[in-house]
Amino acid sequence: MNPFNYQRATAPDEAVHAVSARGAKFLGGGTNLVDLMKSNVEQPTALIDVTHLDLTHVITSGNGTTIGAGVRNSDLANHEIIRTKYPLLSQALLSGASPQLRNMATTGGNLLQRTRCYYFMDTVFPACNKRTPGSGCAAIKGFNRNHAILGASDECIATNPSDMNVALAALNATIHVTGPKGQRTIAIADFHRLPGTTPQLDTNLQPDELITAVELPAPKFAKHSYYLKVRDRQSYAFALVSVAAGLAMNGNTIQSAGLALGGVAHKPWRSLEAEKSLVGATPSPAAFKKAADLAVAGAKPTEHNAFKIELAKQSIVRALTLAAQGVQA
Amino acid sequence: MIAPQDHQDPQDHQTHAKLGRRQLSHRYDGLAKVTGRAKYAAEFPVENIAYAYVVQATIPSGTIASIDQAAATRAAGVHSIITPFNAPKLTVPGNVNILQDTNVFFSGQPIAVVVARSLPEAEQAAKLLRIEYKAQPAKLDFNAVLKDARAPKRGGGDSHRGDPQASLAKATVVIDQTYSTPIQNHNPMEPHATVASWEGDKLNVYDATQGISGAQSSLARAFSIPPANVHVQCPFTGGGFGSKGYVWSHTILAAMAAKVAQRPVKLVLGRNQMFGPVGSRPNTSQHIKLAASSDGKLLLQQHDSTCYTSLISDWIESAAGATALLYDSESLTTSHSLVDLNLGMGTWMRAPGEATGSVGLEIALDELAEKLNIDPIQLRLINYAEKDPRQGLPWSSKHLRECYTQAADRFGWSKRTAQTGQHREGNKLIGYGMATANYGAGRRPSSAIVRILPNGRVFVGVGTQDLGTGTYTILAQTAADTLFLDPALVDVKLGDSTLPPSGGSGGSTTAASVCPGVYDAAVKAKLKLVQLAIADTQSPLHGAAEEDVQTKDGKLFLKSNPQRSETFTTLLGRNGDTPVEAIATSELAKDRDTFSSHSWGAIFAEVAVDADTHMVQVCRMVGTYDIGTLINQTTGINQLVGGVVWGVSMALHEETLIDPTFGRTVNENFADYHVPVNADIHQIDVTALDIPDYKFNPLGSRGIGEIGITGAAAAIANAIYNATGKRVRDLPITLDKIMNA
Repeated sequence: MNPFNYQRATAPDEAVHAVSARGAKFLGGGTNLVDLMKSNVEQPTALIDVTHLDLTHVITSGNGTTIGAGVRNSDLANHEIIRTKYPLLSQALLSGASPQLRNMATTGGNLLQRTRCYYFMDTVFPACNKRTPGSGCAAIKGFNRNHAILGASDECIATNPSDMNVALAALNATIHVTGPKGQRTIAIADFHRLPGTTPQLDTNLQPDELITAVELPAPKFAKHSYYLKVRDRQSYAFALVSVAAGLAMNGNTIQSAGLALGGVAHKPWRSLEAEKSLVGATPSPAAFKKAADLAVAGAKPTEHNAFKIELAKQSIVRALTLAAQGVQA
Repeated sequence: MIAPQDHQDPQDHQTHAKLGRRQLSHRYDGLAKVTGRAKYAAEFPVENIAYAYVVQATIPSGTIASIDQAAATRAAGVHSIITPFNAPKLTVPGNVNILQDTNVFFSGQPIAVVVARSLPEAEQAAKLLRIEYKAQPAKLDFNAVLKDARAPKRGGGDSHRGDPQASLAKATVVIDQTYSTPIQNHNPMEPHATVASWEGDKLNVYDATQGISGAQSSLARAFSIPPANVHVQCPFTGGGFGSKGYVWSHTILAAMAAKVAQRPVKLVLGRNQMFGPVGSRPNTSQHIKLAASSDGKLLLQQHDSTCYTSLISDWIESAAGATALLYDSESLTTSHSLVDLNLGMGTWMRAPGEATGSVGLEIALDELAEKLNIDPIQLRLINYAEKDPRQGLPWSSKHLRECYTQAADRFGWSKRTAQTGQHREGNKLIGYGMATANYGAGRRPSSAIVRILPNGRVFVGVGTQDLGTGTYTILAQTAADTLFLDPALVDVKLGDSTLPPSGGSGGSTTAASVCPGVYDAAVKAKLKLVQLAIADTQSPLHGAAEEDVQTKDGKLFLKSNPQRSETFTTLLGRNGDTPVEAIATSELAKDRDTFSSHSWGAIFAEVAVDADTHMVQVCRMVGTYDIGTLINQTTGINQLVGGVVWGVSMALHEETLIDPTFGRTVNENFADYHVPVNADIHQIDVTALDIPDYKFNPLGSRGIGEIGITGAAAAIANAIYNATGKRVRDLPITLDKIMNA
């Protein structure tokens, strides 16, 4: 690990000012950043600790809910508002990592979690466009069983590893940030990026912008939502495919739907087409199958991950079925 | 508990200790471990210590052209940098990389050591080394070179019997399939670690090892000093599973670094450094042909296994080894071949050979049973080996039939439907599977000292080591059983090369070796105590016949007149208040060439496979084992359960992934190298028959460390087939393989 300076910020403005120094980064729970520093993937010159800012509250705001960026994943998952009004988010959080990691990880940090691509995480591999722009992509010809089937590019096939982000996408969250030019909001759909020709950029957040909060709109899916995580063991494994499914029901008719996939793309993969196809439909295998087909339309596998296409479809049908039944994960 | 004829204790209970009679209800070292008082190799405080960091090759094949260490040398806190260009020449280079030449055989090979004031400083300086390689093309693709597999240089322990062609011609049913298992890494919780310090030409070492004797002799050879000059200590080993059985480069490098840096050095491998430099279980590709008559009698068993080996030395994962003895068949051929790859060395990993071989053979038998429409247990009973098929020798003790019966009953095997995919609960497809478990029984001579102290306590010292398996516990019990006293009065010291030598802990030999050594020493010490009493005119036992004196609960007494007695404490107090002690070395059975000794078991699995996601949950594992005397309930059953858990791991999770271009392990951490987590392990029901094998060893105990993993993965694979109708022959059975089968 490279030597670095450490500074504890006491106010968001102070943090933003401090991070504008070249090479500085915000430090939340450190569960991802510090690991990457140990393996020399990240080499910040300074860490600006933002865990002592007053960003640790979950509050009702209008019809919606605002989550402070410093709220720990465990606290968020177990918060009464989240458990009762946004169980999809609670389920997604609890399916991620381990209790120890969830106790440390923050909401803001989780949004910025970096990929688990083997070739990104080991600096001995010379080719990784995300780590070293222009160097190539070793994953395309290497082990790519865990990699993207949707929205990837010839430059990068990495996936976003977060579970929380998938639920936030299905819930249509808004990210609040503050920077030298003041505050702004970013829709979750616009927050994470597809790799394109700039896979080094995971998000549209500017380096000197600090996430202050995540805003959830009025709860729609409290009674009918399900987070299904498909993985190589029963716990403590990243998703091969995950599905965040939320339905708003009027009698036996779907009034609105939220559907996003994890483990398949560089960002949480929300499918508006699939959601639209469900609106007005009656829950049925055929309706769910149609949504599944739309959600993974255009999928393009690499050598080892073709199975993800069919797996994603089966998982979507399963998650929607359980959501419609009102089963809680 | 089953009590067949040969279960009877052949000797008088006072002259023959039945182990396990006086059980410690808890682990001898349990309290020390949970309170942190138990010190592991890297935890011993040593003054003025420096930290060593091993620099590893980043190419899989070639030579090191140059190492520019100018910047690293100037870095903060650096004491020394040792490279192949400046390393001291060692007398016995050995075949692990200890910086004696510039060859690179695998990515991750140790190629330099940085010694600094702190570990972060050593790591930081290592990054500043400018290393130039002359790369050579690397061999990394096993399947591409499988056709070029070669015979092992020193033979592969192949077997042959009968007339395979004739037997095949007679068969009505034939299974002809290939089964494969991946590379695995041991990953004991405690990383490999060595603390080394020199005083003149005397070397002190704390080493995380499965063999203090091996570490001592290897270090002595490497530095050309007498073994007596090397003091190795390892009171606790945090798991080894075979990976700490060999003296790897870091142990030698730590001692070398201490010499060069002229101060004590601590070298602890990082988790990511344990994938390659300290051995792997090689992958296997097993071609199996089973031919049987319609009544289920095996006519031919053919098992040809190929595994990778490093370019450093031949190492065979002998997957076909046990096939030669497990089932009866008139004909058999087994062979082992090797494929050279630019990877780290293969080594022992829990049940080397049997763990992988039982995957191939026991899945093949399941396939045969289905084809024959015979119950899988019945098929195994039809081909039950009443004696060792290899040489026709009788077994010293074999109760595998009872294992099948007991485990099948506990499991509820009778509820199984032979037809696949029949048992569905909601979205879960339920399946049952089973397999035979087996592992060879071995023992070696082992020495011990037993000292009876004037304060009534007993000291036991053995130059063995406890890997976490329970060696402390069973040795306290052995001394207590032999002297007929409370095991809580016994103090045990292990893991110190100044103690009577015992040998390495591996191959499930420890219990069967060290217990007889302690038993013999305790018998000798007791005799000395008896003789002291007889000769002592003030003793109530004065003048008695030796064979009339017995001990119980710290007292000597006459069998013929129990009234005449006195305590050890009184006797020793009157005789100079000094201990009585004896050293003994256990002897192997003189008639050991007249029988064959193995441990046996039957393992059953119930799985639930999700119909949509194809995720597998192992709901239950039920195993019954014939391992001779179960010396201690807690530690023994725990060993078996641990093996079964590893079977789950092998079946579903574990695989070291090597990048096909760079030869690097890509999943060298616990997030990506999957082993089961708690949520993967549900009910495990393990029992032992506890039938002593007195022919094998005077205490009736065979090894217990490895057998638990054998058969377990195959039982799960067979259960998955029963659940889904999908036969996966390539481990681990991940959900995509079930999908695509």
